[in-house]
Amino acid sequence: MPTTVPLNVNGRATTVEVDDPDMPLLYALRENLGLHGPRFGCGLGQCGTCTVHINGEAARSCITPLSSLSPDQRVVTLEGLGSPENPHRVQQAFIDEQAVQCGYCINGMIMQAAALLARTPKPSEAEIRDALASNICRCGTHARILRAVKRASGTA
Amino acid sequence: MITATATRRSFLGTGGSLVIGFALSGRALAQQGAAPAGPSRPAGGPAVTKSVALDDVDGFLAIGADGKVTLFSGKVDLGTGVRTALTQMAAEELDVPVERITFVQGDTALTPDQGPTYGSLSIQVGGIQIRQAAATARKQLLETAAQRLGVPAAELVVEDGTVRRRSGGPGLGYGELIGDRNFSLKVDKDVTTKDPASFRVVGQSVPRLDIPEKTTGRFTYMHDFRVDGMLHGRVVRPPALQAQLREVDESSVRNIPGFVKLVREGNFLGVIARTEWGAIRAAQELKATWSDWQGLPEQSKLWEHVRATKVTKDDVTSNVGNTKDAMGGGAKRLSATYDFAIHTHGSLGPSCAVAEIRDGKLTCWSASQMTHNLRKQIAAMMRMPEEQVRCIYLEGSGCYGRNGHEDAAGDAALLTRAMDGRPVRVQWARQDEHGWDPKGPPTLIDLRAALDAQGNIIAWESEFFIPQGAAGNVALVPAELAGLPHEESMAPGNIIQNSALPYAVPNINTVCHRLENTLFKPSWIRTPGRMQNTYANESFLDELAAAAGVDPLDFRLRHLKDERGVELLRRLAVLSRWESRPSPQRNTTGNVAKGRGVSYVKYELNRTYVGAVAEVEVNRDSGEIRVTRFSVVHDCGQVINPDGVRNQVEGNVLHTISRTLKEELTWDRSMVTSLDWGTYPVITFPEVPVIDIDLLDRPGEKPWGAGEPSAAVIPSAISNAVFDATGVRLRSVPFTPPRVKAAMQQAT
Repeated sequence: MPTTVPLNVNGRATTVEVDDPDMPLLYALRENLGLHGPRFGCGLGQCGTCTVHINGEAARSCITPLSSLSPDQRVVTLEGLGSPENPHRVQQAFIDEQAVQCGYCINGMIMQAAALLARTPKPSEAEIRDALASNICRCGTHARILRAVKRASGTA
Repeated sequence: MITATATRRSFLGTGGSLVIGFALSGRALAQQGAAPAGPSRPAGGPAVTKSVALDDVDGFLAIGADGKVTLFSGKVDLGTGVRTALTQMAAEELDVPVERITFVQGDTALTPDQGPTYGSLSIQVGGIQIRQAAATARKQLLETAAQRLGVPAAELVVEDGTVRRRSGGPGLGYGELIGDRNFSLKVDKDVTTKDPASFRVVGQSVPRLDIPEKTTGRFTYMHDFRVDGMLHGRVVRPPALQAQLREVDESSVRNIPGFVKLVREGNFLGVIARTEWGAIRAAQELKATWSDWQGLPEQSKLWEHVRATKVTKDDVTSNVGNTKDAMGGGAKRLSATYDFAIHTHGSLGPSCAVAEIRDGKLTCWSASQMTHNLRKQIAAMMRMPEEQVRCIYLEGSGCYGRNGHEDAAGDAALLTRAMDGRPVRVQWARQDEHGWDPKGPPTLIDLRAALDAQGNIIAWESEFFIPQGAAGNVALVPAELAGLPHEESMAPGNIIQNSALPYAVPNINTVCHRLENTLFKPSWIRTPGRMQNTYANESFLDELAAAAGVDPLDFRLRHLKDERGVELLRRLAVLSRWESRPSPQRNTTGNVAKGRGVSYVKYELNRTYVGAVAEVEVNRDSGEIRVTRFSVVHDCGQVINPDGVRNQVEGNVLHTISRTLKEELTWDRSMVTSLDWGTYPVITFPEVPVIDIDLLDRPGEKPWGAGEPSAAVIPSAISNAVFDATGVRLRSVPFTPPRVKAAMQQAT
């Protein structure tokens, strides 16, 4: 039987109809809500492409069952962070540093970095590297990503 | 949308072919995939018959009445930035701003077949074709304007897509001159293209056109593409490479919410559901019985297996002088064997495709690097005429060669057929990608050489043990599993390249022993063959330098008779603050040894030059190698977008450090066992070195490729740096801590 699950996504209260309340959040965001920011990469929590913020903390939506969320938990995706017209400072820094190749990992990189900077506004380079250590990039964009995060934190 | 109306609005060109109306559709086409309804789906009306001929200007370019330009490119952006670079090349020749150009890529109904997007040829070949088409178009536009304005073309100038007299006055916009009509003109290969001295857009680091959307979630990747009424499919691959499907129990998944259908065709097995999660659950929970198959050799005996594989032919890639005699006369003789592990593409976004069949026509959206070839493969597999198949490219996650996208497209084609043409999206799971994408084959290399009394190389012999075959179509997995028509021969890529040397050696013989088969279906992964071959050549050259007691960079210069190469290496010495001395370094005390190594390549011996210096720290206790800095000098001739090239060089360095230090496929007797990122580790942020790049720009020269060449030098530079640090030579990629420790123990 379909279940209605209330969610708070990008500042708006909404609901999704799902067959299985244990379905990971990723599929609700992508399939039910049509969002493109969080991406499917492994479904195992290993690569970080699916990263979103839940109450401001970076979380892997591919291994976060809907049933583990309460309606008041605030989910924010890459779209909720900013837009091409009004980008978040981390997004702007990635644009300024041209820190993208294919860009498939970039959702995770930006979301992870934004969560880091919210907690630690002026991280050291080692702290940035540690924060992104479990986010995989296959194209080899790491050097630019590090520059972008430093730029966003004003430590470049 | 390309509607019947839009199509009929178009004009009959003089050639009589019906073209789509660009004023309306140019922009709509650009958004292919951007809207859920799929704006470029073939409509029920007349077929889209825009010219896709390689020798037609109309194949590449269309200009609307509003002066907007649509560029149709058969080369696609795999995340390398060629969309921006190719747009720059067209903008430069046409004298229109980059923003006025819409880029349509890899659509078999709309774009010319410029060959697969591989081999670092998008700019070098594809870009030149576009440049010539644009220059031919511009010439005709000027001539038309000259007639209308009643002045010779030589007195006209173009600015922002408007032609006017050099002396000023009112002009004619491209939209007025050609808007919505065909050029009906052959591409003039001898057309005069712009003098590089007057370039305004080419050579500039124009910001990539896709990045604002990619950083904000607005971009539509293949994986985001949706079609109305679309179902979700997953494949269920055999647990062993050649296992046969005995039985499948549909009742095991029938009650999963959203389950729609089980599809079985030979050993091809797939599930279809209303929701993606339903498809995932069905694929996971499906009960199927397969035959046992254990035909793979043991991983620990890989190299014995390779050496024992039947050689079907020898490709002699260079043969000068008489190595046998010269070898005997040498003052010092060396020999060594190098090997390079099997690698997976490991695309970050597992392969994905959507297919549908409408009115007997199959449309497939895919992130394939070769949609034109894919079209042929799908048509063959489906036993459909090629004209009834259309493949449309949508960007996927980074593609470094022939990975799983084409196979997923084949999967989607079989699943949509099973649903009477209803659109089906196939998304591979991580394990499908790691398990079933084709692999970079294992490479084994024997080398022998002799030095004369002065330390010059007088003889060089090498033997490369690599699978037979060249570039071509890699058979579709679903066609193989389902027993449908597919290619029978292997296509590992042109992997004999760079087996010969870029150096002047008086007696040389290099031969590739082409093996009858290899363990896993091979394909090309970034820098195929060129990487493995350069790794062996440049590491062994380093051994010779050490044996001669000569600084390794000087040793290379001594044997290099190519002025551009010499200049490159001299600049590399400056960039890397190279200290001239023989390797290994003298100070071998302490727990952490530091060293530096150099490597050089002239890609395929006829284009892009790259030199690199790696700086490493080797932990003698743990065997861990840390690459601390890479210095790279890169000469690909004329640079279209400097920052784009730097991005590619950085990517090559980091991707290849990953491959050199960490990546290695693992398997048991049945199947790949490295099926996720835990079992197939790759480079992480703490391991990223500083990268210094000196990018040579030679605007007066031809533009050469940059997507792969700099990867070729990375493994050898690291191997040579480790030798410099420790005096221990690493000859087996990847250089994992256990291998490094074992090599160090062996050396003591």
